[in-house]
Amino acid sequence: MIALLLRDLRLAVRAGGGFGLGLAFFLIVVTLVPFGVGPEGQILGRIAPGILWLGALLACLLSLDRIFALDFEDGSLDLLATAPVPLEGVVTIKALAHWITTGLPLVVAAPVFGLLMHLESTAYFWMILALALGTPALSVLGTFGAALTVGLKRGGLLLSLLVLPLYVPTLIFGAELVRRGAQNMDTNVPLLMLAGITAAVIAVVPFASAAAIRVNLR
Amino acid sequence: MSIWEYANPVKFMKTSSWALPWVSVATVISLAVGLIWGFFFTTEAMNFGSTVKVLFVHVPSAMMAINIWVMMLVTSLIWLIRRHHVSALAAKAAAPIGAVMTIIALVTGAVWGQPMWGTWWEWDPRLTSFLILFLFYLGYMALWGAIENPDTAADLTGVLCLVGSVFALLSRYAVKFWNQGLHQDSTILKVGEKDPLDPSYYIPLVICIVGFVLLFVTLLLLRTRTEIRLRRLKALEQRERMA
Amino acid sequence: MEMLRVDNLAVTRGGLPVLEGLSFTLEAGHALVLRGPNGIGKTTLLRTLAGLQPPLAGTISMPPETMAYAAHSDGLKSTLSVAENLQFWASVYGTGSIEPALERMNLRQLSERAAMSLSAGQKRRLGLARLLVTGRPVWVLDEPTVSLDAASVVLFGEAVRAHLAAGGAALMATHIDLGLHEARVLDLAPFKARPPEEGGIKGSFDEAFA
Repeated sequence: MIALLLRDLRLAVRAGGGFGLGLAFFLIVVTLVPFGVGPEGQILGRIAPGILWLGALLACLLSLDRIFALDFEDGSLDLLATAPVPLEGVVTIKALAHWITTGLPLVVAAPVFGLLMHLESTAYFWMILALALGTPALSVLGTFGAALTVGLKRGGLLLSLLVLPLYVPTLIFGAELVRRGAQNMDTNVPLLMLAGITAAVIAVVPFASAAAIRVNLR
Repeated sequence: MSIWEYANPVKFMKTSSWALPWVSVATVISLAVGLIWGFFFTTEAMNFGSTVKVLFVHVPSAMMAINIWVMMLVTSLIWLIRRHHVSALAAKAAAPIGAVMTIIALVTGAVWGQPMWGTWWEWDPRLTSFLILFLFYLGYMALWGAIENPDTAADLTGVLCLVGSVFALLSRYAVKFWNQGLHQDSTILKVGEKDPLDPSYYIPLVICIVGFVLLFVTLLLLRTRTEIRLRRLKALEQRERMA
Repeated sequence: MEMLRVDNLAVTRGGLPVLEGLSFTLEAGHALVLRGPNGIGKTTLLRTLAGLQPPLAGTISMPPETMAYAAHSDGLKSTLSVAENLQFWASVYGTGSIEPALERMNLRQLSERAAMSLSAGQKRRLGLARLLVTGRPVWVLDEPTVSLDAASVVLFGEAVRAHLAAGGAALMATHIDLGLHEARVLDLAPFKARPPEEGGIKGSFDEAFA
């Protein structure tokens, strides 16, 4: 299992900027938004949590279709499926590798992007907390979408259509947590919901992903 | 005699071809009675004007939009557990009907909402949930369309339907929470709430709901029959190619 | 010792039966070569045996954790080196050193090269070296000698023979002669599935459609 994680991370690094690509995309989103809505700091600060969450969603989506597609094409998915490791474990590790290469950098870099977006000073802590709690769910759900579309030649667009609706609860509670936290309101409900969704998703969705992979390899 | 007998395609085709004319006639009658009664023979509610009568389409279609998804969930489960092809094909056949019901609910909601709220679209929890439900329908249908092998497609869409159901429900509550967070003391009348309903509206509304259920059954039978025939055709074609 | 027993097996491709009524056994120290025209279902059969797809009918019995499967493609990661590729599979299968495998498939000089810079034949050799590091006794091989030159085919034949001598077994689908004279040959043509009208087995497609 650890060997698989190391292999995937190594592949991400060797493929050229596995870590950097998501961040660069995030930066572009954050750069473009002020062009669209105007440079007033007040407006930007107000929409900052939403924009940062949307950026995280899209950055995560970008690299999803490669999670299984590459392994499917070169045959290593077949070999992994016949290897003495449970497929549920394989998909969980794949999701973890995806999170380490896309979600984690976003969590770490969020303060910088918050700065660019005039995020309110009270919101930084909540922004980082929300991203840290929410992005693992994005990666695991994305793995499910990738598992559904692994055999398809043009799965990218379909993948977005399948995965984005699943992101709605995480997005709502994640953004709401930041908004409430910044205004010193009660954060219990969104915090617990966000963490609960992530925990439940990590516990259950890998079984669905593994089932989908098995069907696709048939 | 067990209900699973109808999972046999031959039995299903025979029974459905017998039932189809009866169900179609019942659909036409109940829809005609319900809608004409509702539109022309009810009093206009005082504070809403005639626009309120869109509820005779809006409420049944909204109910069907949800019920059809539940029906797809059940048939998907039957397919995943018992491997009855008719069940999977019925789920496939139901999805576009459900999507159209969702659109009807959304559009009639907008038509109703415009004079009442002064806007075509309001990010009301109910409307938003239906928009999300529509997205789930779209994804489900797109996945059916994208996969060539019918058994693979049935399996994968079944799993998607399962996961999607949980998330559709979760989104429903998330959206409710999200909008309350925005404006807690909203005075907007929630669509579909029963209390402002005049008792004289009740009977035609029930007839309309029955009509919509029958309409769904008619369309479902028709579409499932088509899917079974398509499937049969594909099997024959493939066998010919192999021989 | 019996390593693999197949009884009255039927396999499907895309929901349609391709092979039916197939029975054979494979003993330790023996090799079985599957023959048959393209499309007869060799790959489908091997994938079914590997557990990637369920059989339509019949039983496959073998002791657990004895099979190593090698498909058409070798599952190599082009940006990883030869040694890294092998080491990964060695860790997945929980076996130790990759050195004997590198040695056997004549890959030692290449071990630091990235897999993308290998020739087709070298890649194939690396893919076969993967079989050695699995430590599994039953090899299920799909066209193992595609894109190997004559010398490499001999090398591969020797590897298989050494594996058999060590008590292993091999089941392979191949068109060319590996020089494995002791191998039994199983022609799949007689097991081609007949249409249901002629008494053949029914596939999932045909489930009572009439």
